[in-house]
Amino acid sequence: MQNQTLFAFKALDPANPSGSPAPKPVVQLRAFTRRFSNNTVLDSIDLEIGEGEFVALLGRSGSGKTTILRTLAGLDTVSEGEVKLPSARAVVFQEPRLLPWKRVWNNVLLGLEPKALGGAKAARTLAQKALSEVGLDHRADAWPSTLSGGEAQRAALARALVREPKLLLLDEPFASLDALTRIKMHALVASLWQAHKPAVLMVTHDVDEAIALADRVLILAEGKLIVERRVDLPRKRQPGQPGFAALRRYFLEQLGVEAEDETQQHAVAKEIILGS
Amino acid sequence: MSATIKPVNFRIPVWAQRFATTVALLLAWEAASKAGLIPARILAAPSAVAGTFWDMLASGELESNLLVSLGRVLTGLSIAIVTGSSLALIAGLSRTGEMAVDAPMQMLRTMPFLALVPLFILWFGIGETPKIALIALGGTFPIYLNLFSGIRAVDKKLVEAGNCFGLNNAALIKHVILPGALPSFLVGLRYALGISWLSLVVAEQVNATAGIGYLINNARDYMRTDIIVVCLLIYSVLGLTTDFIVRTLERFALAWRPSFINVT
Ligand SMILES: Nc1ncnc2c1ncn2[C@@H]1O[C@H](COP(=O)(O)OP(=O)(O)OP(=O)(O)O)[C@@H](O)[C@H]1O
Ligand SMILES: [Mg+2]
Repeated sequence: MQNQTLFAFKALDPANPSGSPAPKPVVQLRAFTRRFSNNTVLDSIDLEIGEGEFVALLGRSGSGKTTILRTLAGLDTVSEGEVKLPSARAVVFQEPRLLPWKRVWNNVLLGLEPKALGGAKAARTLAQKALSEVGLDHRADAWPSTLSGGEAQRAALARALVREPKLLLLDEPFASLDALTRIKMHALVASLWQAHKPAVLMVTHDVDEAIALADRVLILAEGKLIVERRVDLPRKRQPGQPGFAALRRYFLEQLGVEAEDETQQHAVAKEIILGS
Repeated sequence: MSATIKPVNFRIPVWAQRFATTVALLLAWEAASKAGLIPARILAAPSAVAGTFWDMLASGELESNLLVSLGRVLTGLSIAIVTGSSLALIAGLSRTGEMAVDAPMQMLRTMPFLALVPLFILWFGIGETPKIALIALGGTFPIYLNLFSGIRAVDKKLVEAGNCFGLNNAALIKHVILPGALPSFLVGLRYALGISWLSLVVAEQVNATAGIGYLINNARDYMRTDIIVVCLLIYSVLGLTTDFIVRTLERFALAWRPSFINVT
């Protein structure tokens, strides 16, 4: 029965041009190829991300997810293919990467000229506002080393969002957080995305995270995007929601993970109990 | 004296505990001198040293010579800081700079620089120049080595983050690289200070006409062990004081470090 569902998805895939991006792409990769000596990590990738679109990128370890993200962040040189990026970009890395010698609010303002923001006072207000958006205004004056892992990641998120990016890049931003904090962070990211509407590319290895947040999920394998699939579930998505488990099965299958996974069976069972 | 000590609930302050042994030794030394076990021409009694210290202070002899020595160290150290930091920045911030600067510095540093005294005398004569040059040379290496490795050890990921948030090269150096290398620089500064006092001692043996070393040389000629001890104490107090200054500096400059956050 499971196979049938999977088959159904597969059959649907070519029919449903799920990769069709929103009309005005902010990111455009054309035949983008990246090699490290003679190891071709990305092989002629085509990718568009629409304005305000939330894209999740899944893939096995070493499949080249970070390589794509670094290219989109402008941190890598482009030698083969075409890459168009918006100038307003911001990144949240896997680790918070806050400067330990700057207080949290100064970290949020990193790279922004107070003059351009209308003076030191206005800059501080802006930082404070960004921090309160992630629920961290009370820690504005703290040193980064005193923040918890989740707080540090929220500060990094505030630092990214304060510059109103057109493109927000998230590289496994919650990988090091515990499951509970991660769920809270998902809700936070979802609401911040709704409020600011940047285009987002989120690299993750967590299929649930991808389904919960993304408009579109990509899977990268052997240098190619082997899957591009819209996620049309209504927002405030939860693992128990109809269609969630089926999507998860599909993505896991594409990632080459067999369905014997404990948590997955548990989730499937939950789905059955919930009557979907 | 001990009558003031309350029997219960009295905690001897930490500093008192730390100085207890020292005080005991001093008392023993004084007793031995008084008993004639240590003749004054071998080592003056603590009380005699204290008296001489007071006299030297009252006559202004100590202050004026101390100022001369301090001036030498400050001048030499300033030169060391400027040279060491400049070289470290050149070597640390560019590959070409590293090629040009690091190899010769690594070779030079293995040489015991105090052995250069004869050469310095030939080059610079016996005035102030060789003394200051020696102090400057000795301090340059620890500053250079620590700052250079500090710059190179700055977390690449932070540099990348800085890049990503639009910092240009100058801003990267100011906001990421220099603050990241500051702890190492301060370690280097502490070493440099220690070496400066050492260099001072050696430099002032060379035909000095003023300074703590000059006082010592003079006192040796008159077998005044009391003056020698006063001067030795001055040397160690100077070392302690400057170390304290650098540590205070660290506390302010590195307030972001977890080790300091818990203290203050
Ligand atoms: N600077 C580099 N030099 C050489 N090879 C590299 C370099 N950066 C990445 N690679 C290689 O490219 C491949 C993809 O790396 P990448 O970091 O993009 O993987 P990833 O999908 O992000 O993996 P993970 O999920 O483990 O983070 C890996 O095989 C890696 O060894
Ligand atoms: Mg990665």
